[in-house]
Amino acid sequence: MGPQFNRRDAIKRALAIGVVAIPSASLLSACASDSGSDKPDKPAATGAKSASNPLGVKKGAPLEAFIFKGGFGDDYVKAAEQVYNSEYGIKVKHTGTQGLGPKLQPRFASNTPPDVMDNSGADNLDTAALAKENKLQDLTPLLDAPTVDDPSKKVRDVLIAGTIEQGQFGTQAMYALNYAFTVYGGWYSSKLFKEKGWEYPQTFDQAIALGAKAKKENISLFTYPGKYPYYVHFDLLAQIGKVGGKEVLNAIDDLEDGAWQVDAVKQVIGYYEELAAKKYFMPGSEGMTHIQMQTAWTKGKAAIVADGSWVENEAAPTMPKDFDLAVGPLVGSGPSDKLPFGTIYAAAGEPYIVAANGKNPVGGMELLRIMLSKKETDNFTNTTKSLTCVTGAADGLSLTPGLASASAALKAAGPNVLNSRLQDWYVKLNQETLGNLTLQLLTGKINAAKWIEGAQKAADATKNDSSVPKFKHV
Amino acid sequence: MRHGKYRFIIGFLAVPVALYAVLVISPFVQDFQISLTDWSGLTPEKHYIGFDNYQKIIHNNLFWKALWHNILMLLIVPIVTLALGLFFAFMLNVGGRRKGSASVAGVRGAGFYKIVYFFPQVLSVTVIAVLWQQIYNPDPDDGLLNSLLGHVGLTSLQQSWLGDPSIALACIMAVMVWANVGFYVVLFSAGMASIPAEIYEAVLLDGANRITTFFRITLPLLRDTVATGWVYMGIIAMDGFAFVQLMSVNNGGPNEVTDVVPLLLYKTAFRDNSQYGMAAAMGVAMLIVTLVFAVLTLRLSRRERIEF
Repeated sequence: MGPQFNRRDAIKRALAIGVVAIPSASLLSACASDSGSDKPDKPAATGAKSASNPLGVKKGAPLEAFIFKGGFGDDYVKAAEQVYNSEYGIKVKHTGTQGLGPKLQPRFASNTPPDVMDNSGADNLDTAALAKENKLQDLTPLLDAPTVDDPSKKVRDVLIAGTIEQGQFGTQAMYALNYAFTVYGGWYSSKLFKEKGWEYPQTFDQAIALGAKAKKENISLFTYPGKYPYYVHFDLLAQIGKVGGKEVLNAIDDLEDGAWQVDAVKQVIGYYEELAAKKYFMPGSEGMTHIQMQTAWTKGKAAIVADGSWVENEAAPTMPKDFDLAVGPLVGSGPSDKLPFGTIYAAAGEPYIVAANGKNPVGGMELLRIMLSKKETDNFTNTTKSLTCVTGAADGLSLTPGLASASAALKAAGPNVLNSRLQDWYVKLNQETLGNLTLQLLTGKINAAKWIEGAQKAADATKNDSSVPKFKHV
Repeated sequence: MRHGKYRFIIGFLAVPVALYAVLVISPFVQDFQISLTDWSGLTPEKHYIGFDNYQKIIHNNLFWKALWHNILMLLIVPIVTLALGLFFAFMLNVGGRRKGSASVAGVRGAGFYKIVYFFPQVLSVTVIAVLWQQIYNPDPDDGLLNSLLGHVGLTSLQQSWLGDPSIALACIMAVMVWANVGFYVVLFSAGMASIPAEIYEAVLLDGANRITTFFRITLPLLRDTVATGWVYMGIIAMDGFAFVQLMSVNNGGPNEVTDVVPLLLYKTAFRDNSQYGMAAAMGVAMLIVTLVFAVLTLRLSRRERIEF
């Protein structure tokens, strides 16, 4: 999932829902244009490099951090700032907020951005657009710097596969460090499955058979939040990759001609059409928020939901103590699939960016290096019940049931981890255009053929729209 | 003192006019200026591209669809809100049984109702939208509306409300009416209170019933107040941003049936590749539509004043 995603899902909506109510008239006046000069007033602060200070941070140079305060809070960043403070003899200026975009936009426009930002949440700035405008620091020096815990290892060597790609926008430069790692899949209650004697389905046929069994018990097989139909795409897109292989998914990401008109897509969308026709989606899902949907699910009205690992935290208020949350890998067609059962969709999220023309970009990268240390990643995982982008960082920690299941799934998947970039490269296409098609598919208003036709048309339209910046897999 | 009059007036007007110019007029001018550029909002530099943004808007189907939804809101929300407001205000002030020497009186408990009607006005739009999202929750146990329908045996009327393309826009408009009607009850109550009681006494002596009293006496004498309310409500309907953004499924869905121009503008500026220039052009289009509406309304409602 793209950078925007994590935030979107986890925290965001639920909490951020209270954020905005800007009438249109005042909207534009808030974004007054500014005529600043392109160069910062002072050159960026740098100091001498040393073993304990490999990036060359200047002691005493001020640092400003602007952090999205959503489902993860911002205490974990403050903890890292403490370390920075004592190391470099300053006090990091910290702002924690949910409405990042409206506050940061004028600062970027006037070339006085904060040094390091967690560009997450429903109101975040478009990271790809910032990268395209050369507003962001290339984080390659950070990747090549030694880690805090073991000077013989570089930062790039300890990151989970896919983290670096997630921060790239069509070139080798990495502009965003996605700090949290999210595992996606079908989330269910092990307790419910044990009680009913159900097995987590491995194939479409098994899922449909399970749907019939569940229906007899008055339980819907699936639910989804109609308010955010792209939740369905967490599974749906990755399933296309499981059935047809990574190349099929990459072709879709690259907006190639006819990318949607392949057999893998037909199999997967046909499966959803059948589920809809048999009414295995919980009735009313199409009008629910993610919270309402999760509440119905924790009450046992639906068995499985496509969601990310944040669901454990987010659904905690309504989840029974003995729910025994678990995640299942992607359901596919069967042995004919290109990738085996066990393949999952997982991605790094919570994009940390460093301003290219801030006052202290080196300090910004140093703060991120501190956040990647064992002490800080342990703190993050313990307090937010989420994984970080550091390999094996959760080993040895006592994990909650959902997180333990996600961690095990990630390990079992090995190299078979899929990540559809459509979700962060072409947000409008994925969320709204395809989302609208998916809503119609799941409510039985259109069939699979119509969905595929619409998806291809929408992808072509995006490809031909000169105002949309394009990205390709490298 | 005569010669000091203009200085006196200017002294009082200068500050408000200056504030108005800086806070209201200048953003409009700047908006127009930005609408002629390809500005992304993220850099200091922008290039003038003439009326390209306007051209693109004219050929954008979604824009026209969104504008149509705004116009639907403009036609329906003010009429329903003002009609309900007038009805409630009339019942609270004139519609009750006469007691004692008073010639006109409201229904029993009028004072209480007046306060209750005003409640939504005290809540922020965000609170109202989140509240109604729970009321519209399709879950037959957790959703207030659906569980209510279930309890009275009307399960066949249970809906997915905001998720159903055929009623989603109506659901949102209903909330807009609910949120605003209280203000007009109070506004019209104040207007009705200033109508002299003798007029009511006279028509009552002539044997007029409540309906006649309302249409022949109350409504004509409230004309100015209603016209002002109409403009206010129209502007609220032309916006609709917060309600749609917070309540609709899939950001103006399902299937774009609830999208409105201000939401489209917001998405264009802040999400879809940061196209501030294009969003500014949409802002100008909205300004024109709103101005036309306000001028038309004030023109059509102009009439001779009745002094009393």
